Amino acid sequence: MTAGRLRRLEEAVAPTRFATTMESLRPRTFLEFYGVGVIVVMVTAIAAAPLIAPDPFAQDLPSALAGSSADHWLGTDNLGRDLWSRILYGGRVSVVIGVFVLLTAGAVGVLYGAVSGYAGGMVDAVMMRIVDIFLSFPSIMLALLISAALGPTIRNVIIAIAAAWWPVYARLIRGQVIVVKEREFVTASRALGAGPMRNLLWTVLPNSFGVMKTIFVLDIGYAILAGSTLGFLGLGVSAPTPEWGYMIREALQYPTHWWFILSPGLALLLFVSAINFAGGIVTRSVHEDPGR
Amino acid sequence: MSTEQVVSPVLVEVQDLRVWFPAGRGSSTKTGGSIKAVDGITFTVQRGETLGLVGESGCGKTTTARAVLKLLDPTEGRILFDGVDLSTVSRRELRLMRRRMQPVFQDPFSSLNPKRTVARIIAEPLVIHRQGTASERRERVGELLDTVGLPPDAAGRYPHAFSGGQRQRIAIARAMALRPDLIIADEPVSALDVSIRAQILNLLSDLQQEFHLTYLVIAHDLALVRQVTDRVAVMYLGKIVELRPTEDLYRRPLHPYTVALLSSAPIPDTEAEATRRRIVLEGDVPSPADPPTGCRFNTRCWLRRKLGDPEICTTQAPPLAQVQDHGASGVVACHFPEAVEDSPERRETLVALTGSRVSSPDQELPD
Repeated sequence: MTAGRLRRLEEAVAPTRFATTMESLRPRTFLEFYGVGVIVVMVTAIAAAPLIAPDPFAQDLPSALAGSSADHWLGTDNLGRDLWSRILYGGRVSVVIGVFVLLTAGAVGVLYGAVSGYAGGMVDAVMMRIVDIFLSFPSIMLALLISAALGPTIRNVIIAIAAAWWPVYARLIRGQVIVVKEREFVTASRALGAGPMRNLLWTVLPNSFGVMKTIFVLDIGYAILAGSTLGFLGLGVSAPTPEWGYMIREALQYPTHWWFILSPGLALLLFVSAINFAGGIVTRSVHEDPGR
Repeated sequence: MSTEQVVSPVLVEVQDLRVWFPAGRGSSTKTGGSIKAVDGITFTVQRGETLGLVGESGCGKTTTARAVLKLLDPTEGRILFDGVDLSTVSRRELRLMRRRMQPVFQDPFSSLNPKRTVARIIAEPLVIHRQGTASERRERVGELLDTVGLPPDAAGRYPHAFSGGQRQRIAIARAMALRPDLIIADEPVSALDVSIRAQILNLLSDLQQEFHLTYLVIAHDLALVRQVTDRVAVMYLGKIVELRPTEDLYRRPLHPYTVALLSSAPIPDTEAEATRRRIVLEGDVPSPADPPTGCRFNTRCWLRRKLGDPEICTTQAPPLAQVQDHGASGVVACHFPEAVEDSPERRETLVALTGSRVSSPDQELPD
């Protein structure tokens, strides 16, 4: 057996696993297709905003609160700004918030929970009581407080929501780590001489993500909602940056101009529900993974 | 450090090992309640031999193996590996020690990381101990797959693609990766199909001859133990009750518990199986949190009852004493080993195991 031949064999076999994973991630039901489709269309449009929409900050007071027209496809807001454009640019804020909240809260929560669960004993008890303190606040209250204290920028909104959410991931991962660390391949790894760091990062954690993956995808939607909630309450991203939640808040003052409130509301509904439907694919894929 | 020039024949020496676990929440071994999983055992493993550790579930055999692997810290006692006390070594030295003793676990479905390819599983010990370059490791994985009889294309697959027997081969390949001196196998075949067991056992014995390995094998299947071991230690409730060369033990068990164990082993002869007498032990194994005083086996001992409940059984723990017998060797912990020797129970057990039937109760038995 030469090394070269073995490498070729590995290469020949490895894509099989990748292909299996890709296969299991393909949408199958109508709702999954719908979800993936809406996400693809919306994200593409949001990314291509400068090409397909006018300046979202350009005010045109004479034509404020106008209905749909050739110039303004979705009409204009109270300052005469183009709603189509503001929806697309507002989507950028939402996607950034959704993704970065998840990355931040996920990274902190996973690390914290993994250490807590793996260490066990007193360390675990103390670390989990701290988590309990965070969890004892309603998460939106906590996010509001932090956001109010830090000031209304995208970065601060991300920090505020992530600060309220990481304890949930910490809890989740801790539970999985406690289960996985008792499995025999972890003991085996220890007996082979692996230290605690290697064991936790390379043996325990990769086997602890099953439930997390499912919740993670769904939570992108909820993070976007939370970002918009802060915006709606006036503690999110500050004007004039377009943001769906803040747009709804503004539109509330003009209840007779239905297109004003409908546009951001519908955008939020479409996007978050699409993420939910698409999230089902990940759930199924995790269940089908033979090595989970 | 030992100063002797000659290589000692002893590879592992376990001295008065005790492993107690705290019983219940919040308690510790110092504040009273504790499960005495292993309660003072002493034995050695000689270089190149296979030592069997047998006993019922809960007798402490797996705990003993874990302590030798230093997955558990002993409550008391010492474990010497090649003359070095494992409890005093530094972490660095322990890493070096671990290279020389490798485990094979019972359940190959749980002992392999499901998220790693077979190549990475087998290479894991090499990576942990920083052996060789990536391509050298890959080559070594190929060699090891060949050694344990798996096809080279197994390397890129994941454990779930393999059967139990194949998985155990993967586990053995992983254990062999660092060319260890000692392999500690905890029930290596009990999770496998009966038809596969012989293959794995043959593989283990081939490897032993080829690489001069020493085995510590834990099992409860007495037929298997007889086939693969050189010496056997019988454990009951955290203690060794008898430790003797395998054939000796099977031909002339000297502890009433060993006799009972042997009498319960199924034999592949329906007629003998139907006619032989079994010694059925009454009651359950006492709790290791509160073992009986005196001899631990006294609550269930058929011999004690037969001898009319001698007081010594409940007052004094019998020490592991050298067998004082014609030609027999080893140690046994019973106050009345000679009574076992003469009992019809022992003879019938022996008959059952050698496969010939009893024609007369007084028949002299072959040695």
